Amino acid sequence: MTTLLIAEHDNKTLNGVTAKALTAAAALGAPVHVLVAGADAAAVADAAAKLSGVEKVLLADGPIYANRLAEPLAALIVGLAGGYDAIVGPSTAMVKNVLPRVAALLDVMQISDIVKVVSPDTFERPIYAGNAIQTVQSAEAKKVITVRTASFAATGEGGSAPVEPASAGEDPGVSAFVEEALSASTRPELTAARIIVSGGRALQSKEKFSEVIEPLADALGAAVGASRAAVDAGYAPNDLQVGQTGKVVAPELYVAVGISGAIQHLAGMKDSKVIVAINKDEEAPIFQVADYGLVGDLFSVVPEFQAEIAKVKG
Amino acid sequence: MKILVPVKRVVDYNVKVRVKSDGSGVELANVKMSMNPFDEIAVEEALRLKEAGKATEVVVVSIGPAQASETLRTALAMGADRGILVKTEAGTEPLAVAKILKGVVGDEKPDLVILGKQAIDDDANQTGQMLAALLGWGQGTFASKVVLEADAALVTREIDGGAQTVKLTLPAIVTTDLRLNEPRYASLPNIMKAKKKPIDEKSPDSYGVDVTPRLKVLKTSEPSGRTAGVKVSSPAELVAKLKDEAGVI
Ligand SMILES: Cc1cc2nc3c(=O)[nH]c(=O)nc-3n(C[C@H](O)[C@H](O)[C@H](O)COP(=O)(O)OP(=O)(O)OC[C@H]3O[C@@H](n4cnc5c(N)ncnc54)[C@H](O)[C@@H]3O)c2cc1C
Ligand SMILES: Nc1ncnc2c1ncn2[C@@H]1O[C@H](COP(=O)(O)O)[C@@H](O)[C@H]1O
Repeated sequence: MTTLLIAEHDNKTLNGVTAKALTAAAALGAPVHVLVAGADAAAVADAAAKLSGVEKVLLADGPIYANRLAEPLAALIVGLAGGYDAIVGPSTAMVKNVLPRVAALLDVMQISDIVKVVSPDTFERPIYAGNAIQTVQSAEAKKVITVRTASFAATGEGGSAPVEPASAGEDPGVSAFVEEALSASTRPELTAARIIVSGGRALQSKEKFSEVIEPLADALGAAVGASRAAVDAGYAPNDLQVGQTGKVVAPELYVAVGISGAIQHLAGMKDSKVIVAINKDEEAPIFQVADYGLVGDLFSVVPEFQAEIAKVKG
Repeated sequence: MKILVPVKRVVDYNVKVRVKSDGSGVELANVKMSMNPFDEIAVEEALRLKEAGKATEVVVVSIGPAQASETLRTALAMGADRGILVKTEAGTEPLAVAKILKGVVGDEKPDLVILGKQAIDDDANQTGQMLAALLGWGQGTFASKVVLEADAALVTREIDGGAQTVKLTLPAIVTTDLRLNEPRYASLPNIMKAKKKPIDEKSPDSYGVDVTPRLKVLKTSEPSGRTAGVKVSSPAELVAKLKDEAGVI
């Protein structure tokens, strides 16, 4: 019984969600091997080797894995699958793209987005935008699982696992990388942030979104998020969308500014430890999940809020 | 070029579903049902490709109970040419759906299959990727832009941190994200016209697919709830609470 964990990374650094998914992978009760598939990604493999409890790191290094396209990556994982009883990954865009392909090639049903490991074959996962939690049991010979990382604490460091090369698989040759446009941000990533400030449609424009939300995020050392309406309107980039179909987060503090609180948005943030809502409509549904609600016009309230934070932070 | 669009009948996105008190599932009686929103986007994209002269026929398929034909009618009213209902009363998992769709692809031989990225009932986000795997095709998931060339599709995908563009050899699979387009509403004349468009009826057996679930649902429960907290009267009070009471700043 061994579990294979797929690492999330950018060829240079190991993404912190990997350590969270490791906690879920370890809960299956078997030794865990980590697969790092990338190009010139040895540093990532070294970082994964330091995670506590990892037995071995497999490094598949080659240009065909540079951008982790689903087709060659799935072929690689399926090639390795014989030695594993479970294949696990964090629910990132990369893993959500590749693991169902792996599952189908292995003829098994994937268990998506688990929030709890009840036992090695039984898991809890949200359905209907988190309005219900299903407990599912899998009798599949191999379990293919994606992990909602907001629900698991990160495993710490302290290990020193060996790194072994994994022989590269074939590229099925049906897809090719063209380009990537990544938003350059110096802020913490949404999935790693301790504090998140999110803005909604009420921000009215891209300019106002950055004028109001960014300084508040700076004052709090926070990551920036957005509602779907704000992203659709172009106020914020798509990768900042929080919700059922965006990122799911659970920071210590979530500040929702000018967001109504539609179920699809709540699905992505209602497990935050403390929720603050700023909205001019006192009936807005967001107040039903907020620990602290402030009714008012965000354009006057947010600058004041920021000034008060500056005072206490000295 | 033919485009196949699988559409799923799901609980309308505006409905806040409730868990049955005996834990056997969610309350579906008398609940408004609609086409999965991501599938509306998929139908729209297919129609735009047809209107741009890139595609010649748009076929929609739904796997589900008899009422799934209403979902097909909605797609036909938007402008799709014909429908296929694969009738089954059993709830179907993504793997079984993908296997049935593989069968449909075998009959229809489309050059492109456009699915939603995720059905908002099971929130699985699997079917398109699984279908691509079973067919050995390339996949452009979470698409925000699709450009068709003679024998390839350029798909821009929403990924963590930004966007990625891939080039797929046709035939290929695309799954839609929210920003791909804004779906049209069906006009009344088109709703009338759609009543006459053909819907072919099949069963999972037609494709030799066993739909017995692989996963056993032991129970369905309420999520741990959150209760409304307090309203504060000023930003100063808010900061005081966050610092002294909650201890988060
Ligand atoms: C398939 C599907 C998937 C979806 N996925 C997501 C998702 O992942 N994430 C997501 O967020 N949404 C998602 N949605 C959209 C969701 O249903 C809502 O439409 C969206 O969350 C609304 O965004 P909003 O709260 O910013 O805008 P609105 O609902 O328009 O709310 C704006 C709020 O701002 C307040 N306001 C206005 N002016 C001011 C002011 N000056 N000061 C203070 N407050 C003000 C208003 O009172 C209102 O409450 C999805 C929808 C569908 C159909
Ligand atoms: N029963 C079904 N009938 C038709 N299409 C489906 C069905 N189930 C899933 N799909 C398609 O697969 C997509 C992803 O669904 P899922 O993998 O269940 O999240 C949906 O958006 C549909 O396009």
